[in-house]
Amino acid sequence: MIALFFRYILKEIEHCPHLAGIVPAVYLIYTILTHEVTVMNRTTAATIPAAPETKKPKKTKPSFLSRWNAPLAGYLFISPWLIGFLTLTAYPLFLSLYYSFTDYTLMKPMEWIGTRNYERIFTSDPKFVDSVKVTFTYVLASVPLKLIAALLVAMVLNKAIKGIGVYRTAIYFPSLIGGSIGVSLLWRNIFGVDGIFNKIIGVFGFEGKGWITSPDTALGTLILLTVWQFGSTMVIFLAGLKQIPNDLYEASAVDGANKVTQFFKITMPMLSPILYFNLIMGVIGAFQMFTSAFVITNGGPMNATYVYALYLYERAFSRYELGYASALAWIMLVMIVLATILIFYTSKYWVFYETETGKGKRK
Amino acid sequence: MTLRKWKPALRHLFMILFSLIMVYPVLWWVGASLKHSTELGSPGIFPSVPQWSNYVKGWNSIPGHTFTDFYLNTFGLEIAVIATTLISCTLVAFGFARLDFPLKGFWFSILMLTLMMPGQVLIIPQYTLFHQLGWVNTYLPFIIPHMLAGGAGGTFFVFLLIQFIRGLPKELDESAKIDGCSWFGIYWRVIIPLTLPAIITVMIFCFLWNWDDFLGHLLYINSVEKYTVGLALRMINDSQSAQEWGQLLAMSLVSVLPATFIFMFLQKYFVEGIATTGIKG
Repeated sequence: MIALFFRYILKEIEHCPHLAGIVPAVYLIYTILTHEVTVMNRTTAATIPAAPETKKPKKTKPSFLSRWNAPLAGYLFISPWLIGFLTLTAYPLFLSLYYSFTDYTLMKPMEWIGTRNYERIFTSDPKFVDSVKVTFTYVLASVPLKLIAALLVAMVLNKAIKGIGVYRTAIYFPSLIGGSIGVSLLWRNIFGVDGIFNKIIGVFGFEGKGWITSPDTALGTLILLTVWQFGSTMVIFLAGLKQIPNDLYEASAVDGANKVTQFFKITMPMLSPILYFNLIMGVIGAFQMFTSAFVITNGGPMNATYVYALYLYERAFSRYELGYASALAWIMLVMIVLATILIFYTSKYWVFYETETGKGKRK
Repeated sequence: MTLRKWKPALRHLFMILFSLIMVYPVLWWVGASLKHSTELGSPGIFPSVPQWSNYVKGWNSIPGHTFTDFYLNTFGLEIAVIATTLISCTLVAFGFARLDFPLKGFWFSILMLTLMMPGQVLIIPQYTLFHQLGWVNTYLPFIIPHMLAGGAGGTFFVFLLIQFIRGLPKELDESAKIDGCSWFGIYWRVIIPLTLPAIITVMIFCFLWNWDDFLGHLLYINSVEKYTVGLALRMINDSQSAQEWGQLLAMSLVSVLPATFIFMFLQKYFVEGIATTGIKG
């Protein structure tokens, strides 16, 4: 049966002359598969000697597969992703779970140590506690601030029609380059003791300080760097705002709704699916913040910017405690999954989906 | 009455001020890259005497190498990664968008789940895997995942392309099928030419995300002759005791130029890509 499909595929390929190159590859898969098929047939023939009975399922099988228009070609097309998923995502995921119960380092053979890594992390690892605190502060500050800034500016830009392109470019540009190491270096200079930030606030009579070198403001500068990059989120909101039909506002204005009511009763509900998506992706991204903390402060001063990803990196690749770091990675995964589930469950109270009839309903 | 008249003007004033605050660090950066180190503390944008030597010295500041090497490395890596991404992601997206096969729904939901998969959970096992294969200090840890529709943003690109291909009229494939075209023929002759706008978006973001994939470069590339631009910048940053900030800022500025040029010339695809899929830049 598989052989039949392969012959069909090969015939199809022969129709397109420029595809001759992949024919050998298909033949290879074909022989591998048909070989397996013959082996399988032999074993079934050995266990079930009744020959006429084996013919029956053969007749029904093609109709079973013909439910799909491309049962095999489909798998050929998605095979890059499928192989990648199995070897580079699924397998490593379980591998790291396994590592997390061992004392794996690259230097010596690993040993199963049960839950000792996790016990150590939760009971006697002050750096873990520090990094979790720093990461949660960072996530809870940077994600909402970024979303609020993006939403507010998008709403202003949605009204100002002339010159919108220029403003949009100016605001989007920081998010284009912000993730690079170059900008992290720039930030380090601007907020240094001799940086221009101190000079500028000095004009207004504030006393400057080393914003990056003092523990209570260092994380703030990193959060500011993240919020500075709200432009891409704003572009997404702007596209969402443009899709809200104007007659909703007009109709509500006739009914006497003011701007504030319109914002909470029309804009927010209509925009909430986009907000929801951005919130989830923002939280997942913020949990993994690495580059700026590594380049600008390197976790310091006094662990004030020691984000979780940085701790994970140091355990794994400075100390080569790969087993311990794998346990940290799994804790990170669980934290992110829990945060996502939390947002997911609250979403039914605030995310609004339009139904096909155009009438909204709360889901 | 007067308030209503002034409202648009006020809004513009607010936007102009706000835009200026947003781009001021970048403008200052351009000026600072030409300043003498004694002048770097001044908030003014223009240097009193432009120090072009910042660029020349910065370009040659790593002994035995120039930034030309690092740019060639990075661009070579980018070309390999973009080419493999385009081949693998369009194939996979076509499969999911147009073909029916057993367990398709299941695999698609897995694909959507991996969209949200935090990559850092996987860096340790992937590192040991690539280490055992002897791929550390080569570019294979970047190229092979992209060949398998993974790597920096791979799943996102598949998702973007699926969305785009689903929007194309299905009658086109059906008529091609009647004319005797194979699935691959439909993919190559019908779908790919129509998917070009989305393909350009994928190329842009693939370039940008790999350019900024600092953690990946840090993990897998050890020897200076294979360094990417980001690693080279970090090296200058770490090595100079009395920091030559002018040179460092000049080289940092050059490192964001590729992204800037791409943005300037291909802005249309940016906005489309971001707005239609929610990908962040």
